[in-house]
Amino acid sequence: MNLFGIFSQIEKTDPEAAEKVSFSRRKLLKTTSVAAAATPLFFAASINKAFADTPSVVDILKYALTLEYLERDFYRAAQFSRGLLPLGTREYVVQIAKHEASHVDLLRGAIPEAQTIKENTLKFDFTYGGAFPDVLTNYQTFLAIAQALEDTGVRAYKGQAANLLSDPTVLGIALQIHSVEARHAAAVRRMRGIRVWPDANDNTLPTSPNVQGAVYAGENQTMQPNGGGGMVDLMTLPHDSVFNPAMYERTVYESFDEPLTMEQVLAIAGPFIKS
Amino acid sequence: MKQLSSEPVKKETGPSVPAIPSVERRMFLRTVGLFTASTAAFLASCQNSVNELAPANRSGARTAADAGGKSFGTGDIAILNYAYALEQLETAFYRQAVEKLFSDIRGDEKMVLSDIHDHELVHREFFKAALGPYAIQDLEFKFPIDFNHRQEVLNTARQLEDTGVGAYNGAGPLLTNGTFLTLAGKIVSVEARHAALIRTILRPGTSFFAGDDVVKTMGLDISLKPSQVIPMVAKFITTTGLDFGDLLSR
Repeated sequence: MNLFGIFSQIEKTDPEAAEKVSFSRRKLLKTTSVAAAATPLFFAASINKAFADTPSVVDILKYALTLEYLERDFYRAAQFSRGLLPLGTREYVVQIAKHEASHVDLLRGAIPEAQTIKENTLKFDFTYGGAFPDVLTNYQTFLAIAQALEDTGVRAYKGQAANLLSDPTVLGIALQIHSVEARHAAAVRRMRGIRVWPDANDNTLPTSPNVQGAVYAGENQTMQPNGGGGMVDLMTLPHDSVFNPAMYERTVYESFDEPLTMEQVLAIAGPFIKS
Repeated sequence: MKQLSSEPVKKETGPSVPAIPSVERRMFLRTVGLFTASTAAFLASCQNSVNELAPANRSGARTAADAGGKSFGTGDIAILNYAYALEQLETAFYRQAVEKLFSDIRGDEKMVLSDIHDHELVHREFFKAALGPYAIQDLEFKFPIDFNHRQEVLNTARQLEDTGVGAYNGAGPLLTNGTFLTLAGKIVSVEARHAALIRTILRPGTSFFAGDDVVKTMGLDISLKPSQVIPMVAKFITTTGLDFGDLLSR
Protein backbone atom coordinates (compact mmCIF):
# COMPACT_ATOMS: atom_id res chain seq x y z
CA MET A 1 0.00 0.00 0.00
CA ASN A 2 1.27 3.44 -0.79
CA LEU A 3 0.14 7.01 -1.03
CA PHE A 4 -0.97 6.48 -4.59
CA GLY A 5 -3.12 3.61 -3.40
CA ILE A 6 -4.80 6.08 -1.08
CA PHE A 7 -5.19 8.49 -3.97
CA SER A 8 -7.08 5.94 -6.05
CA GLN A 9 -9.31 5.17 -3.07
CA ILE A 10 -10.09 8.85 -2.73
CA GLU A 11 -10.90 9.02 -6.41
CA LYS A 12 -13.32 6.13 -6.06
CA THR A 13 -15.25 7.65 -3.18
CA ASP A 14 -15.14 11.23 -4.40
CA PRO A 15 -15.16 11.47 -8.20
CA GLU A 16 -15.12 15.28 -7.98
CA ALA A 17 -11.65 15.13 -6.48
CA ALA A 18 -10.25 13.02 -9.27
CA GLU A 19 -9.10 15.89 -11.42
CA LYS A 20 -7.46 17.66 -8.53
CA VAL A 21 -5.75 14.48 -7.38
CA SER A 22 -4.40 13.54 -10.77
CA PHE A 23 -2.94 17.00 -11.06
CA SER A 24 -1.24 16.57 -7.68
CA ARG A 25 0.09 13.21 -8.73
CA ARG A 26 1.56 14.51 -11.97
CA LYS A 27 3.15 17.36 -10.11
CA LEU A 28 4.51 15.06 -7.41
CA LEU A 29 6.05 12.70 -9.94
CA LYS A 30 7.59 15.48 -11.96
CA THR A 31 9.11 17.16 -8.94
CA THR A 32 10.37 13.85 -7.66
CA SER A 33 12.10 12.73 -10.83
CA VAL A 34 13.98 16.01 -10.95
CA ALA A 35 14.95 15.77 -7.29
CA ALA A 36 16.02 12.15 -7.71
CA ALA A 37 18.71 12.98 -10.26
CA ALA A 38 21.78 12.91 -8.05
CA THR A 39 20.86 12.28 -4.44
CA PRO A 40 22.18 8.97 -3.18
CA LEU A 41 21.91 10.17 0.38
CA PHE A 42 18.69 11.98 -0.25
CA PHE A 43 17.98 12.92 3.32
CA ALA A 44 20.96 15.17 3.66
CA ALA A 45 20.46 16.65 0.23
CA SER A 46 16.82 17.47 0.74
CA ILE A 47 17.47 18.88 4.17
CA ASN A 48 20.15 21.22 2.91
CA LYS A 49 17.93 22.34 0.07
CA ALA A 50 14.99 22.76 2.39
CA PHE A 51 16.88 25.13 4.63
CA ALA A 52 17.73 27.33 1.70
CA ASP A 53 14.19 28.14 0.69
CA THR A 54 10.60 27.16 1.18
CA PRO A 55 10.79 23.38 1.04
CA SER A 56 9.05 21.58 -1.80
CA VAL A 57 6.35 19.02 -1.18
CA VAL A 58 8.82 16.20 -1.79
CA ASP A 59 11.35 17.75 0.60
CA ILE A 60 8.66 17.79 3.26
CA LEU A 61 7.73 14.18 2.57
CA LYS A 62 11.37 13.14 2.97
CA TYR A 63 11.68 15.13 6.17
CA ALA A 64 8.54 13.47 7.52
CA LEU A 65 9.82 10.05 6.45
CA THR A 66 13.07 10.64 8.34
CA LEU A 67 11.16 11.36 11.54
CA GLU A 68 8.81 8.43 11.03
CA TYR A 69 11.76 6.05 10.53
CA LEU A 70 13.18 7.30 13.81
CA GLU A 71 9.91 6.78 15.67
CA ARG A 72 9.18 3.42 14.09
CA ASP A 73 12.61 1.99 14.86
CA PHE A 74 12.48 3.41 18.38
CA TYR A 75 9.22 1.65 19.28
CA ARG A 76 10.31 -1.47 17.45
CA ALA A 77 13.49 -1.59 19.56
CA ALA A 78 11.42 -1.00 22.71
CA GLN A 79 9.07 -3.87 21.88
CA PHE A 80 11.99 -6.24 21.53
CA SER A 81 13.88 -5.03 24.59
CA ARG A 82 13.24 -7.76 27.14
CA GLY A 83 11.88 -6.54 30.46
CA LEU A 84 11.47 -2.91 29.37
CA LEU A 85 7.68 -2.71 29.20
CA PRO A 86 5.81 -3.36 32.46
CA LEU A 87 2.69 -5.47 32.45
CA GLY A 88 -0.29 -3.59 31.03
CA THR A 89 1.71 -1.12 28.95
CA ARG A 90 2.50 -3.23 25.91
CA GLU A 91 -0.80 -2.54 24.15
CA TYR A 92 -0.09 1.21 24.10
CA VAL A 93 3.36 0.71 22.65
CA VAL A 94 2.26 -1.85 20.08
CA GLN A 95 -0.48 0.49 18.83
CA ILE A 96 1.91 3.44 18.52
CA ALA A 97 4.49 1.25 16.79
CA LYS A 98 1.86 0.04 14.34
CA HIS A 99 0.96 3.61 13.38
CA GLU A 100 4.56 4.71 12.95
CA ALA A 101 5.25 1.71 10.70
CA SER A 102 2.18 2.63 8.62
CA HIS A 103 3.40 6.20 8.32
CA VAL A 104 6.77 4.97 7.07
CA ASP A 105 5.09 2.76 4.46
CA LEU A 106 2.80 5.57 3.38
CA LEU A 107 5.58 8.13 3.01
CA ARG A 108 7.97 5.67 1.37
CA GLY A 109 5.26 4.92 -1.14
CA ALA A 110 4.90 8.61 -1.89
CA ILE A 111 8.60 9.13 -2.64
CA PRO A 112 9.64 6.89 -5.54
CA GLU A 113 13.36 7.37 -4.89
CA ALA A 114 12.87 6.19 -1.31
CA GLN A 115 11.83 2.80 -2.62
CA THR A 116 15.17 2.30 -4.35
CA ILE A 117 17.09 2.95 -1.14
CA LYS A 118 17.53 0.09 1.28
CA GLU A 119 15.42 0.23 4.42
CA ASN A 120 18.43 0.29 6.71
CA THR A 121 20.19 3.29 5.15
CA LEU A 122 19.34 5.30 8.24
CA LYS A 123 20.79 4.02 11.52
CA PHE A 124 19.77 5.34 14.89
CA ASP A 125 21.38 5.75 18.28
CA PHE A 126 18.56 5.95 20.79
CA THR A 127 20.97 6.74 23.63
CA TYR A 128 21.41 10.19 22.08
CA GLY A 129 25.16 9.96 21.91
CA GLY A 130 25.32 8.24 25.31
CA ALA A 131 23.24 10.83 27.16
CA PHE A 132 20.43 8.35 27.88
CA PRO A 133 22.22 5.00 28.18
CA ASP A 134 19.22 3.22 29.75
CA VAL A 135 16.62 4.38 27.20
CA LEU A 136 15.82 0.80 26.21
CA THR A 137 16.19 -0.76 29.65
CA ASN A 138 14.56 1.77 32.00
CA TYR A 139 10.84 2.25 31.40
CA GLN A 140 10.79 5.84 32.71
CA THR A 141 13.67 6.89 30.47
CA PHE A 142 11.98 5.19 27.54
CA LEU A 143 8.74 7.11 28.20
CA ALA A 144 10.55 10.44 28.51
CA ILE A 145 12.23 9.95 25.14
CA ALA A 146 8.96 8.72 23.62
CA GLN A 147 7.35 11.95 24.83
CA ALA A 148 10.15 14.00 23.29
CA LEU A 149 9.75 12.22 19.96
CA GLU A 150 5.95 12.49 19.88
CA ASP A 151 5.73 16.13 20.94
CA THR A 152 8.50 16.99 18.46
CA GLY A 153 6.66 15.06 15.75
CA VAL A 154 3.49 17.03 16.38
CA ARG A 155 5.38 20.30 16.19
CA ALA A 156 7.26 19.19 13.06
CA TYR A 157 4.13 18.40 11.01
CA LYS A 158 2.47 21.57 12.27
CA GLY A 159 5.43 23.63 11.13
CA GLN A 160 5.14 22.37 7.54
CA ALA A 161 1.34 22.66 7.11
CA ALA A 162 1.46 26.11 5.53
CA ASN A 163 4.20 24.93 3.14
CA LEU A 164 1.76 22.33 1.81
CA LEU A 165 -1.02 24.79 0.95
CA SER A 166 -0.30 24.27 -2.75
CA ASP A 167 -1.04 20.56 -2.49
CA PRO A 168 -4.31 19.95 -0.62
CA THR A 169 -4.05 16.18 -1.01
CA VAL A 170 -0.67 15.88 0.67
CA LEU A 171 -1.70 18.54 3.20
CA GLY A 172 -4.78 16.54 4.12
CA ILE A 173 -2.71 13.41 4.69
CA ALA A 174 -0.08 15.31 6.69
CA LEU A 175 -2.81 16.67 8.96
CA GLN A 176 -4.19 13.17 9.46
CA ILE A 177 -0.74 11.98 10.57
CA HIS A 178 -0.25 15.10 12.72
CA SER A 179 -3.29 14.44 14.93
CA VAL A 180 -2.31 10.80 15.36
CA GLU A 181 1.06 11.94 16.70
CA ALA A 182 -0.82 14.21 19.11
CA ARG A 183 -2.91 11.26 20.33
CA HIS A 184 0.33 9.33 20.87
CA ALA A 185 1.88 12.24 22.75
CA ALA A 186 -1.16 12.46 25.02
CA ALA A 187 -1.08 8.72 25.72
CA VAL A 188 2.64 8.73 26.53
CA ARG A 189 2.17 11.72 28.84
CA ARG A 190 -0.74 9.95 30.50
CA MET A 191 1.46 6.89 31.03
CA ARG A 192 3.95 9.16 32.77
CA GLY A 193 1.20 10.60 34.96
CA ILE A 194 1.73 14.16 33.73
CA ARG A 195 -0.61 16.66 32.04
CA VAL A 196 -1.20 15.76 28.42
CA TRP A 197 -0.62 19.30 27.06
CA PRO A 198 2.89 20.73 26.77
CA ASP A 199 3.87 23.66 28.94
CA ALA A 200 7.48 24.76 28.59
CA ASN A 201 7.55 25.57 32.31
CA ASP A 202 7.07 21.93 33.29
CA ASN A 203 10.38 20.12 33.37
CA THR A 204 9.14 16.84 32.02
CA LEU A 205 12.17 16.10 29.82
CA PRO A 206 15.89 15.88 30.55
CA THR A 207 17.65 19.22 30.81
CA SER A 208 21.17 17.92 30.29
CA PRO A 209 21.51 17.77 27.38
CA ASN A 210 18.76 20.34 27.11
CA VAL A 211 16.11 18.26 25.36
CA GLN A 212 13.46 20.04 27.42
CA GLY A 213 14.52 23.44 26.13
CA ALA A 214 14.74 22.35 22.51
CA VAL A 215 11.54 20.31 22.34
CA TYR A 216 9.41 23.01 24.00
CA ALA A 217 11.12 26.12 22.62
CA GLY A 218 8.51 28.81 22.01
CA GLU A 219 5.69 26.63 23.29
CA ASN A 220 4.33 29.14 25.80
CA GLN A 221 2.58 31.81 23.78
CA THR A 222 -0.01 34.29 24.96
CA MET A 223 -0.42 36.04 21.58
CA GLN A 224 -1.87 34.46 18.44
CA PRO A 225 -2.21 36.01 14.97
CA ASN A 226 -5.70 37.06 13.86
CA GLY A 227 -4.95 36.27 10.23
CA GLY A 228 -5.07 39.87 9.14
CA GLY A 229 -1.65 40.96 10.34
CA GLY A 230 -2.74 41.71 13.89
CA MET A 231 -2.47 39.68 17.09
CA VAL A 232 -5.01 38.49 19.62
CA ASP A 233 -3.85 38.69 23.23
CA LEU A 234 -5.28 35.55 24.78
CA MET A 235 -4.63 36.85 28.30
CA THR A 236 -7.13 39.66 27.83
CA LEU A 237 -9.90 37.55 26.30
CA PRO A 238 -13.05 37.26 28.45
CA HIS A 239 -12.46 34.31 30.78
CA ASP A 240 -14.65 34.95 33.82
CA SER A 241 -16.32 31.59 33.38
CA VAL A 242 -13.24 29.35 33.34
CA PHE A 243 -13.27 26.76 36.11
CA ASN A 244 -9.67 27.39 37.07
CA PRO A 245 -9.01 31.16 36.90
CA ALA A 246 -5.84 30.87 38.98
CA MET A 247 -4.25 28.78 36.24
CA TYR A 248 -5.53 30.79 33.28
CA GLU A 249 -2.06 31.52 31.91
CA ARG A 250 -1.24 27.82 31.86
CA THR A 251 -4.59 27.18 30.16
CA VAL A 252 -3.61 29.70 27.48
CA TYR A 253 -0.26 27.97 26.93
CA GLU A 254 -1.92 24.59 26.71
CA SER A 255 -4.70 25.67 24.36
CA PHE A 256 -2.39 26.18 21.40
CA ASP A 257 0.35 23.74 20.41
CA GLU A 258 3.11 25.66 18.65
CA PRO A 259 5.06 24.61 15.53
CA LEU A 260 8.80 24.05 15.15
CA THR A 261 10.82 24.81 12.04
CA MET A 262 12.57 22.08 10.08
CA GLU A 263 15.89 23.38 11.39
CA GLN A 264 14.76 23.21 15.03
CA VAL A 265 13.38 19.71 14.60
CA LEU A 266 16.50 18.38 12.88
CA ALA A 267 18.66 19.86 15.62
CA ILE A 268 16.64 17.79 18.10
CA ALA A 269 16.62 14.66 15.93
CA GLY A 270 20.25 14.93 14.84
CA PRO A 271 21.90 13.16 17.79
CA PHE A 272 19.55 10.20 17.25
CA ILE A 273 20.82 9.74 13.71
CA LYS A 274 24.11 7.87 13.21
CA SER A 275 26.15 9.16 10.35
CA MET B 1 -24.07 26.33 -6.19
CA LYS B 2 -25.23 23.21 -8.01
CA GLN B 3 -23.75 20.98 -5.31
CA LEU B 4 -26.30 22.28 -2.83
CA SER B 5 -29.05 20.26 -4.47
CA SER B 6 -27.16 17.03 -3.98
CA GLU B 7 -28.29 16.59 -0.36
CA PRO B 8 -24.97 16.51 1.50
CA VAL B 9 -26.60 14.67 4.39
CA LYS B 10 -26.74 11.53 2.27
CA LYS B 11 -22.99 11.49 1.85
CA GLU B 12 -22.42 10.45 5.44
CA THR B 13 -19.53 8.05 5.49
CA GLY B 14 -17.71 9.16 8.62
CA PRO B 15 -17.57 7.22 11.85
CA SER B 16 -20.63 6.96 14.08
CA VAL B 17 -22.71 9.48 12.18
CA PRO B 18 -26.14 9.70 13.75
CA ALA B 19 -29.08 9.60 11.38
CA ILE B 20 -30.79 12.93 10.95
CA PRO B 21 -34.52 12.95 11.56
CA SER B 22 -36.41 13.90 8.44
CA VAL B 23 -37.85 17.04 10.03
CA GLU B 24 -34.37 18.30 10.82
CA ARG B 25 -33.28 17.45 7.33
CA ARG B 26 -36.13 19.41 5.80
CA MET B 27 -35.38 22.38 8.05
CA PHE B 28 -31.79 22.09 7.09
CA LEU B 29 -32.49 22.08 3.37
CA ARG B 30 -34.94 24.92 3.68
CA THR B 31 -32.30 27.04 5.33
CA VAL B 32 -29.96 26.21 2.50
CA GLY B 33 -32.57 27.21 -0.05
CA LEU B 34 -33.22 30.53 1.62
CA PHE B 35 -29.58 31.17 1.86
CA THR B 36 -29.06 30.47 -1.84
CA ALA B 37 -31.77 32.90 -2.87
CA SER B 38 -30.95 35.81 -0.63
CA THR B 39 -27.22 35.89 -0.38
CA ALA B 40 -25.74 34.59 -3.58
CA ALA B 41 -25.02 38.03 -4.95
CA PHE B 42 -23.56 39.18 -1.70
CA LEU B 43 -21.35 36.11 -1.50
CA ALA B 44 -20.02 36.72 -4.94
CA SER B 45 -19.03 40.17 -3.81
CA CYS B 46 -17.01 38.96 -0.85
CA GLN B 47 -15.31 35.95 -2.39
CA ASN B 48 -12.25 38.02 -2.97
CA SER B 49 -12.05 39.56 0.44
CA VAL B 50 -11.31 36.51 2.53
CA ASN B 51 -7.60 36.90 2.24
CA GLU B 52 -7.77 40.40 3.56
CA LEU B 53 -9.09 39.80 6.98
CA ALA B 54 -7.26 42.70 8.55
CA PRO B 55 -9.50 44.62 10.90
CA ALA B 56 -8.83 47.68 8.81
CA ASN B 57 -10.19 45.91 5.75
CA ARG B 58 -13.33 44.72 7.39
CA SER B 59 -15.39 47.87 7.21
CA GLY B 60 -16.28 47.68 3.55
CA ALA B 61 -17.10 43.99 3.57
CA ARG B 62 -19.93 42.03 5.05
CA THR B 63 -20.40 42.16 8.78
CA ALA B 64 -22.23 39.60 10.85
CA ALA B 65 -24.83 42.23 11.65
CA ASP B 66 -26.03 42.02 8.05
CA ALA B 67 -27.48 38.61 8.75
CA GLY B 68 -28.13 38.93 12.48
CA GLY B 69 -25.00 36.89 13.14
CA LYS B 70 -26.62 33.85 11.55
CA SER B 71 -24.56 33.70 8.37
CA PHE B 72 -21.32 31.74 8.40
CA GLY B 73 -20.11 33.60 5.32
CA THR B 74 -17.95 31.99 2.70
CA GLY B 75 -14.39 30.90 2.01
CA ASP B 76 -11.93 31.10 4.91
CA ILE B 77 -14.41 33.14 6.98
CA ALA B 78 -16.94 30.34 6.78
CA ILE B 79 -14.32 27.83 7.90
CA LEU B 80 -13.36 30.01 10.87
CA ASN B 81 -17.03 30.45 11.84
CA TYR B 82 -17.42 26.70 11.53
CA ALA B 83 -14.52 26.20 13.96
CA TYR B 84 -16.01 28.91 16.18
CA ALA B 85 -19.34 27.08 16.24
CA LEU B 86 -17.66 23.79 17.15
CA GLU B 87 -15.70 25.45 19.95
CA GLN B 88 -18.93 27.03 21.26
CA LEU B 89 -20.53 23.59 21.21
CA GLU B 90 -17.66 21.96 23.08
CA THR B 91 -17.46 24.72 25.69
CA ALA B 92 -21.20 24.49 26.35
CA PHE B 93 -21.04 20.73 26.68
CA TYR B 94 -18.18 20.68 29.17
CA ARG B 95 -19.77 23.49 31.18
CA GLN B 96 -22.86 21.35 31.72
CA ALA B 97 -20.77 18.24 32.30
CA VAL B 98 -18.81 19.93 35.10
CA GLU B 99 -21.85 21.67 36.59
CA LYS B 100 -23.97 18.52 36.58
CA LEU B 101 -21.17 16.12 37.49
CA PHE B 102 -22.06 12.49 37.22
CA SER B 103 -22.37 11.00 40.68
CA ASP B 104 -19.53 8.51 40.59
CA ILE B 105 -16.96 10.93 39.17
CA ARG B 106 -13.39 10.68 40.40
CA GLY B 107 -11.42 13.75 41.33
CA ASP B 108 -9.01 13.41 38.44
CA GLU B 109 -11.90 12.98 36.00
CA LYS B 110 -13.50 16.17 37.24
CA MET B 111 -10.21 17.96 36.67
CA VAL B 112 -10.00 16.57 33.13
CA LEU B 113 -13.47 17.85 32.25
CA SER B 114 -12.85 21.30 33.68
CA ASP B 115 -9.39 21.54 32.10
CA ILE B 116 -10.85 20.68 28.70
CA HIS B 117 -13.67 23.19 29.23
CA ASP B 118 -11.14 25.92 29.90
CA HIS B 119 -9.15 25.10 26.73
CA GLU B 120 -12.31 25.11 24.62
CA LEU B 121 -13.28 28.44 26.11
CA VAL B 122 -9.96 29.96 25.07
CA HIS B 123 -10.44 28.56 21.55
CA ARG B 124 -13.97 29.96 21.43
CA GLU B 125 -12.96 33.42 22.59
CA PHE B 126 -9.99 33.43 20.25
CA PHE B 127 -12.17 32.78 17.21
CA LYS B 128 -14.66 35.39 18.33
CA ALA B 129 -11.88 37.96 18.61
CA ALA B 130 -10.17 36.98 15.36
CA LEU B 131 -13.43 37.01 13.39
CA GLY B 132 -14.53 40.34 14.84
CA PRO B 133 -17.55 41.61 12.93
CA TYR B 134 -17.59 38.46 10.79
CA ALA B 135 -18.37 36.23 13.76
CA ILE B 136 -21.63 34.37 13.97
CA GLN B 137 -23.77 34.98 17.06
CA ASP B 138 -23.57 33.09 20.34
CA LEU B 139 -25.26 29.76 19.69
CA GLU B 140 -27.69 27.92 21.96
CA PHE B 141 -27.37 24.21 22.54
CA LYS B 142 -29.25 21.30 24.01
CA PHE B 143 -27.66 18.02 24.96
CA PRO B 144 -30.14 15.16 24.92
CA ILE B 145 -28.14 13.08 27.37
CA ASP B 146 -28.26 12.25 31.06
CA PHE B 147 -25.43 14.21 32.61
CA ASN B 148 -25.65 12.00 35.69
CA HIS B 149 -24.68 9.02 33.60
CA ARG B 150 -20.94 8.59 33.47
CA GLN B 151 -20.82 6.59 30.25
CA GLU B 152 -23.11 9.00 28.38
CA VAL B 153 -21.07 12.04 29.40
CA LEU B 154 -17.72 10.47 28.54
CA ASN B 155 -18.99 9.00 25.28
CA THR B 156 -20.43 12.33 24.20
CA ALA B 157 -17.14 13.97 25.09
CA ARG B 158 -15.31 11.39 23.01
CA GLN B 159 -17.63 11.93 20.04
CA LEU B 160 -17.26 15.69 20.23
CA GLU B 161 -13.47 15.51 20.44
CA ASP B 162 -13.10 12.94 17.65
CA THR B 163 -15.50 14.95 15.50
CA GLY B 164 -13.50 18.07 16.27
CA VAL B 165 -10.29 16.38 15.19
CA GLY B 166 -11.94 15.15 11.99
CA ALA B 167 -13.46 18.57 11.34
CA TYR B 168 -10.16 20.44 11.65
CA ASN B 169 -8.35 17.79 9.61
CA GLY B 170 -10.93 18.08 6.85
CA ALA B 171 -11.11 21.86 6.98
CA GLY B 172 -7.36 22.48 6.78
CA PRO B 173 -7.01 21.81 3.04
CA LEU B 174 -10.02 24.08 2.37
CA LEU B 175 -8.24 27.11 3.82
CA THR B 176 -6.41 29.52 1.54
CA ASN B 177 -4.63 31.56 4.20
CA GLY B 178 -1.48 29.98 5.66
CA THR B 179 -1.83 31.80 8.97
CA PHE B 180 -5.30 30.35 9.47
CA LEU B 181 -4.02 26.93 8.48
CA THR B 182 -1.24 27.04 11.05
CA LEU B 183 -3.73 28.25 13.67
CA ALA B 184 -6.01 25.34 12.87
CA GLY B 185 -2.98 23.08 13.28
CA LYS B 186 -2.19 24.60 16.67
CA ILE B 187 -5.71 23.84 17.85
CA VAL B 188 -6.36 20.44 16.27
CA SER B 189 -3.51 18.76 18.12
CA VAL B 190 -4.94 20.05 21.40
CA GLU B 191 -8.29 18.53 20.42
CA ALA B 192 -6.50 15.28 19.56
CA ARG B 193 -4.89 15.30 23.01
CA HIS B 194 -8.36 15.80 24.53
CA ALA B 195 -9.72 12.91 22.47
CA ALA B 196 -6.91 10.60 23.54
CA LEU B 197 -7.29 11.65 27.18
CA ILE B 198 -11.04 10.95 27.25
CA ARG B 199 -10.38 7.66 25.49
CA THR B 200 -7.78 6.58 28.07
CA ILE B 201 -10.37 7.27 30.78
CA LEU B 202 -12.98 5.21 28.93
CA ARG B 203 -10.68 2.25 28.28
CA PRO B 204 -7.46 2.53 30.29
CA GLY B 205 -4.51 0.37 29.39
CA THR B 206 -5.75 -0.34 25.88
CA SER B 207 -5.07 0.89 22.36
CA PHE B 208 -8.32 2.91 22.47
CA PHE B 209 -6.49 6.28 22.88
CA ALA B 210 -5.80 6.06 19.13
CA GLY B 211 -8.11 3.15 18.42
CA ASP B 212 -8.65 1.43 15.14
CA ASP B 213 -12.13 3.02 15.05
CA VAL B 214 -10.59 6.47 14.47
CA VAL B 215 -7.06 5.80 13.22
CA LYS B 216 -7.76 3.56 10.30
CA THR B 217 -5.74 2.38 7.33
CA MET B 218 -2.16 3.66 7.02
CA GLY B 219 -2.21 5.19 10.48
CA LEU B 220 -4.34 8.14 9.39
CA ASP B 221 -6.73 9.93 11.73
CA ILE B 222 -10.32 10.89 10.88
CA SER B 223 -10.91 13.63 8.34
CA LEU B 224 -14.42 14.98 7.83
CA LYS B 225 -15.81 17.54 5.43
CA PRO B 226 -17.94 20.38 6.78
CA SER B 227 -20.86 18.89 4.86
CA GLN B 228 -20.41 15.71 6.93
CA VAL B 229 -19.83 17.40 10.29
CA ILE B 230 -22.68 19.92 10.22
CA PRO B 231 -25.42 17.29 10.02
CA MET B 232 -23.66 15.36 12.83
CA VAL B 233 -23.70 18.28 15.25
CA ALA B 234 -27.00 19.86 14.13
CA LYS B 235 -28.88 17.84 16.75
CA PHE B 236 -27.15 19.81 19.50
CA ILE B 237 -27.87 23.28 18.08
CA THR B 238 -31.15 24.95 19.02
CA THR B 239 -30.46 28.33 17.45
CA THR B 240 -32.68 28.57 14.38
CA GLY B 241 -32.24 30.25 11.02
CA LEU B 242 -28.50 29.67 10.71
CA ASP B 243 -27.19 29.72 7.20
CA PHE B 244 -24.05 27.69 6.75
CA GLY B 245 -23.08 29.38 3.52
CA ASP B 246 -20.90 27.37 1.21
CA LEU B 247 -19.91 24.93 3.97
CA LEU B 248 -22.70 22.56 2.97
CA SER B 249 -21.18 22.00 -0.42
CA ARG B 250 -17.61 21.56 0.83
